[in-house]
Amino acid sequence: MQLLRKFRGANNEGSLALILLVVVLGMSLLNPVFFSVNTAFSILRAATVPMILALAVLLVIISGGIDVSFPVVAIGSAYTAVTICLKTGFDPGLPAIFGMAIVIGGLLGLVNGFVIAKFRLPTLIVTLGTQGIFFGAMLVYVGTRYYPTLPDSMAALSAVNVVELTTSAGRAYLHVLVLLSIAIALIIWAVLKYTMFGRSLYAIGGDAEGARRAGIRVVRTQLWIYVLVGMVAAIGGVAYVVMSRSANPQDLVGGELDIIAAVVLGGASIFGGRGSVLGTVLGVLLIQVINNSLLLVGVPSAWLRAAVGLLLILGVGAQAVSARRSAQRIHTVDTGEAVRLELEKVS
Amino acid sequence: MSSTTAPATQLADATGPAPVLSARHISKRFGGVQALDDVSLDLIPGEVHCLAGENGCGKSTLIKMISGAERPDSGEIEVDGIVHTRMNTTSAIQSGIQVIYQDFSLFGNLTVAENIVLTSAVAAKRKLYRVKDAREKAQAIVDELQLDLDLNADVENLSVADRQLTAICRALVSDARVIIMDEPTTALTHSEVEHLFTVVERLRARGVALVFVSHKLQEVLAISQRLTIMRSGRVVISGPSADFDRRSIARHMTGSDVEESRRVPDFDQTATPALEVRGLTLPGAFRDVSFQVGKGEILGVTGLLGSGRTELAESVFGVLPAKSGTIAIDGKPVRVRNIQDAVAAGIGYVPEDRLTQGLFLEKPIADNIIAASFNEHRNRWKLLDRKRIWGTITHFFDQLKIHAPHPNRAVRTLSGGNAQRVVLAKWLATDPKVLILNGPTVGVDVGSKAQILDLLRIQAERGMAVVIISDDVNELVACCHRVLVVAHGQITHELVADQVTEDSIQESMAV
Repeated sequence: MQLLRKFRGANNEGSLALILLVVVLGMSLLNPVFFSVNTAFSILRAATVPMILALAVLLVIISGGIDVSFPVVAIGSAYTAVTICLKTGFDPGLPAIFGMAIVIGGLLGLVNGFVIAKFRLPTLIVTLGTQGIFFGAMLVYVGTRYYPTLPDSMAALSAVNVVELTTSAGRAYLHVLVLLSIAIALIIWAVLKYTMFGRSLYAIGGDAEGARRAGIRVVRTQLWIYVLVGMVAAIGGVAYVVMSRSANPQDLVGGELDIIAAVVLGGASIFGGRGSVLGTVLGVLLIQVINNSLLLVGVPSAWLRAAVGLLLILGVGAQAVSARRSAQRIHTVDTGEAVRLELEKVS
Repeated sequence: MSSTTAPATQLADATGPAPVLSARHISKRFGGVQALDDVSLDLIPGEVHCLAGENGCGKSTLIKMISGAERPDSGEIEVDGIVHTRMNTTSAIQSGIQVIYQDFSLFGNLTVAENIVLTSAVAAKRKLYRVKDAREKAQAIVDELQLDLDLNADVENLSVADRQLTAICRALVSDARVIIMDEPTTALTHSEVEHLFTVVERLRARGVALVFVSHKLQEVLAISQRLTIMRSGRVVISGPSADFDRRSIARHMTGSDVEESRRVPDFDQTATPALEVRGLTLPGAFRDVSFQVGKGEILGVTGLLGSGRTELAESVFGVLPAKSGTIAIDGKPVRVRNIQDAVAAGIGYVPEDRLTQGLFLEKPIADNIIAASFNEHRNRWKLLDRKRIWGTITHFFDQLKIHAPHPNRAVRTLSGGNAQRVVLAKWLATDPKVLILNGPTVGVDVGSKAQILDLLRIQAERGMAVVIISDDVNELVACCHRVLVVAHGQITHELVADQVTEDSIQESMAV
């Protein structure tokens, strides 16, 4: 029992891993083509950008807030950086383009954080508002044009693979940016686990007033959260532009709910205070695997969204039910006879 | 010790140890209210100093001054010879002052170890966090106090008593030398209170100065060495606890003698019981419980926390419907499958935690009073009848003596005693046949408590059956015809009439 609980993990990561495994095995049985390195690589590739964005959102959700402006921030910063390069005809190189996008993303995040922390407004409302403002401002001031070709340094990165294999099913490529998403996952994991900033996020998400009483500078931490989210989202945006080999200002926007769904599916509590990098990674992978496998099994793509929705309700519902169960356990009598009865019932 | 008003300073005996903290001549105004008027307080290492007084007497304000949450208008606070004209929360914590609030300010989503360590790590401006260090540090404190706490458990899964111990450990990790506890015993049962007191003794041995803010007079006398009583923002009297008894404390707190003796109205014992419960069972909580309450009878139910007493009440009220057994109202069997059934049958329930379960805190008092009785306030078009609503509200305002500037004020602004009256009014407005009250005077001051018990006596005289679930032995003795003692989900004792005394109740509760 103890072992089982440990396996399940604090945020149901274990159950999620199990579901992922079952889905993979089930799909492989239904369609042997599914079980291949090619599929694995293409799922990892498809998961890269959602992963980066989901990790950004995870930070806000742990702190008890929500950010729906991150897709606009992501595409906005990347598109702006690309536009600047193309308009000036000067390619400053990859690190500088990433840097430029990160600065823009950070500034946009600062706007979010400032409004939220300064005026103590609900995070959903503020980011809904800024989402529109950022998007509109980008279209007006940066442009609406679709760029089919990227600056040379980015275009070059588009074609870089870390692993290239020839399998029976053809050639399989693992894109280099997959490594970027893994690196970001590791960094955010370490930040959450080993820094006071990370622990403050959990504390604020658990009880903001309590965090204030404990001496945590809640307002400043909140400001940093949104800046950080903007910066990570910008990295995701650049990765997206690189992988799609073009820059379209309309992309990504509207996909925020899928990303948030992945994070919540990964065990993060929408009320704050709970969530883990491992859970988020599994949540993103599960959604990608299902997307991919349903197509392979021949389910019409229209059903994909329904499947993700169903998964979300089932996943979160299961967690809520198990939480209610354990709450009931606490509620019952803790002494003598009753416990014995309870134990008998369980065993 | 004479009962003069507001002695300017009550310094410790010249021979005794120097105070670790002295608050001197603190005054504070909030708008037109003088919340504190020239208040002074000395805290001696190794002493428990109890701060008593009715709601709104200024004790919470004084604590806010000491902990730096509010600034005094005038006066100073001296800690270890350093004089502060005002504290802020950080400097208070650095000076070793820790407040344990009633809600403990713990993080339910974090582990015990992390809760214990977090505050001190923040105060030390640490950048990195190490799980292992935290565990070791927390373990050291837990061992020192000889506690049985699971450091890896999430705090939200702990009992109230364990949360409190976690909060105490947290205070100690920050090298607290002054620990202020707000109503530390309110949510604890007898054995838990006793355990807390042994921990308090260990804290005293460490030389920590403790401040207890409490309404429970008995415990005040049992644990404290020094007692300060406040009223209307002033210190009424301060001195060694040995100089006081319950009566004199109550007198100083209220400014008049409080009637606390046993007084039970007569009722017709031959009439059909208003509530009759037969063989009620809820697996895991209680089983085969049978009892009855007559019209006009006040029945007390007591037992340790976790004995099943709250679950029993919640079953009768349909919150946790029982698996088997029967409930009859006025001799007619009723099925209670949910709260609506119970309300329709004429059962009212004032829950244990009125703030989260009994009130809409942000809503006006008026809305709260009629929240359970919309049906009684409809006109013939099934719309709410404003005139009748207003009648009900003014009626209960007068009858229950709710002190509030206006019925449109949010309930949040009320003191504990007044908030409890609003909950009471809500149920009285439904005109229930049976009213069950869980901890009706928890967190309520002595004066209000006596008034609330009086209100219950009046309701009983009018024929209502009243069930009081309480830890407060004194209150059970004061107004209950009979007392049932619950343990391990069963009724173990029934004390009738003259058997209802403080000693007999405590004896039968001892397991």
